[in-house]
Amino acid sequence: MNSDLMFFILAGVILVFSVLTVTTRRILRAAVYLLFVLISTAGLYFMLNYNFLAAVQLTVYAGGIVVLIIFSILLTSHISERAVVANWKQSLLSALAIVAGATLTLISVFRFSFTASPEPAAPSGVKDIGAALISYGENGYALPFEVVSILLLAAMIGAIIVARKEKIKVDEKDLK
Amino acid sequence: MAFEKYDFTPLTQSIHQGLLENVSPLMTMIIEWTIIGLLYLVFVAVFGLFLVYAERKVCAAFQQRLGPMRVGPWGLLQTIADFIKLLMKELIQPKSVDSFLYNLAPFVVIIVPFLTISVLPFAPGLQSLDFDIGVFFVTAVSSVGVIGVLLAGWASNNKYSLIGGMRSGAQIVSYELSVGMSLITMIILAGTMQISEIVELQRNGWFIFKGHIPAVIAFFVFVIAGTAETNRGPFDLAEAESELTAGFHTEYSGIKFAFFFLAEYINLFIVSAMAVTVFLGGWMPFHVGGWDGFNAIMDLIPGLVWFFAKVLGIIFLIMWFKWTFPRLRIDQILTLEWKYLLPINLFNILLMAFIVLMGWHW
Repeated sequence: MNSDLMFFILAGVILVFSVLTVTTRRILRAAVYLLFVLISTAGLYFMLNYNFLAAVQLTVYAGGIVVLIIFSILLTSHISERAVVANWKQSLLSALAIVAGATLTLISVFRFSFTASPEPAAPSGVKDIGAALISYGENGYALPFEVVSILLLAAMIGAIIVARKEKIKVDEKDLK
Repeated sequence: MAFEKYDFTPLTQSIHQGLLENVSPLMTMIIEWTIIGLLYLVFVAVFGLFLVYAERKVCAAFQQRLGPMRVGPWGLLQTIADFIKLLMKELIQPKSVDSFLYNLAPFVVIIVPFLTISVLPFAPGLQSLDFDIGVFFVTAVSSVGVIGVLLAGWASNNKYSLIGGMRSGAQIVSYELSVGMSLITMIILAGTMQISEIVELQRNGWFIFKGHIPAVIAFFVFVIAGTAETNRGPFDLAEAESELTAGFHTEYSGIKFAFFFLAEYINLFIVSAMAVTVFLGGWMPFHVGGWDGFNAIMDLIPGLVWFFAKVLGIIFLIMWFKWTFPRLRIDQILTLEWKYLLPINLFNILLMAFIVLMGWHW
């Protein structure tokens, strides 16, 4: 009963702030509402006793991505800026897209019969996850793990190249 | 073990049993949550005020002054008087701030230390949350704190606040990496992230002694990066008074300013407590192998006293930094992190992994 109550509180927070994220006209507020959504999702994982995923959600999304978004907003926009209100054509089209997307999701959710699996849940302790990440046997994730790390390395090198400033050599004759 | 008699588990168990017999399980849970919440609130308020007093006294000692002496014996009541003054001050909100974010920021900043403090083991049996991801939980939660600082800087709509917030944000995000990596080094040694197990493993020797050179390096890196993460001197250029007035909390007054102030000191406590728990044995007493008489005497001192003695020692060390070293420039801060601490840390992790692999660590 208690976990049901917690679920409804968290789900309500997620719903309300998801809508607020896309409807607010102030961009930094949108980022903060998104933060609330992500933290509530971490709360759902904690409720399911999947602590590792919850902590990853907090570090990667709340502590990483939202901080990155806030940083870029701080560098580029001013506090008095407001998003432009969409005209009626855009509003109509986006409303149609929302209705279509929601219908599709609802149809697929209601047509799928959710049956509880008789198998015991996979272990979700840190040690099990760590062992699965580096094992290459059954249920091992060694290959995806390495592929992702190469992708991250490439992204990191790319970012350094972009951010690096070449020292401009100034000829002393030009100064005169 | 003699010090097991100071275990708090029987006390908490008897409270739990007593409540279960008298009221419904739901009420038991609510009452226990309320008690724990109140305990943490009182602890944070009292210990925060004590740290402010300690800082002023330590600062005074370094500058050959007496520090606060007028209110109460040795000025002990000075910070309480200051706190009452802060509570009664008017809450001024500038006209053109983003009202929602401006008011949200102090709460984000103060909630994070409360979440982090919940996994700290103060004494045997005195820890409210014991996850299998303990250390990771601390780093995950504390990574949210920087958002409060950034929001405060931006929502104030003031260039000093914005620059202060940006500096502070860049600094915290950078040094988070070093804090996390030095903790990873110790997790390799411990083989677990659960905080109670980490403390238990240090029963026959603190990790700083068991882990040989890499543990010592990791300890130094952790203390330096922890000082930077709490925005304290010599890394306090986010609130460099001479250039930025007060940095990101310039526009805050009264109790909202007090939140930022209190959060800074509680973060100082948390960094020291994490250093003590991971490197210096938590509440475990100091033992020397073979000296049985000495060890028996050390066992007589309760775990709570050991914990706070070690924590206050580290806090004194960090205060010593503040009043000794001159403030760093922003480029020096970033150079220190990215060109020195990070490579040292990466090498250190390899070294620790090698030592653990060869089995030289016990």
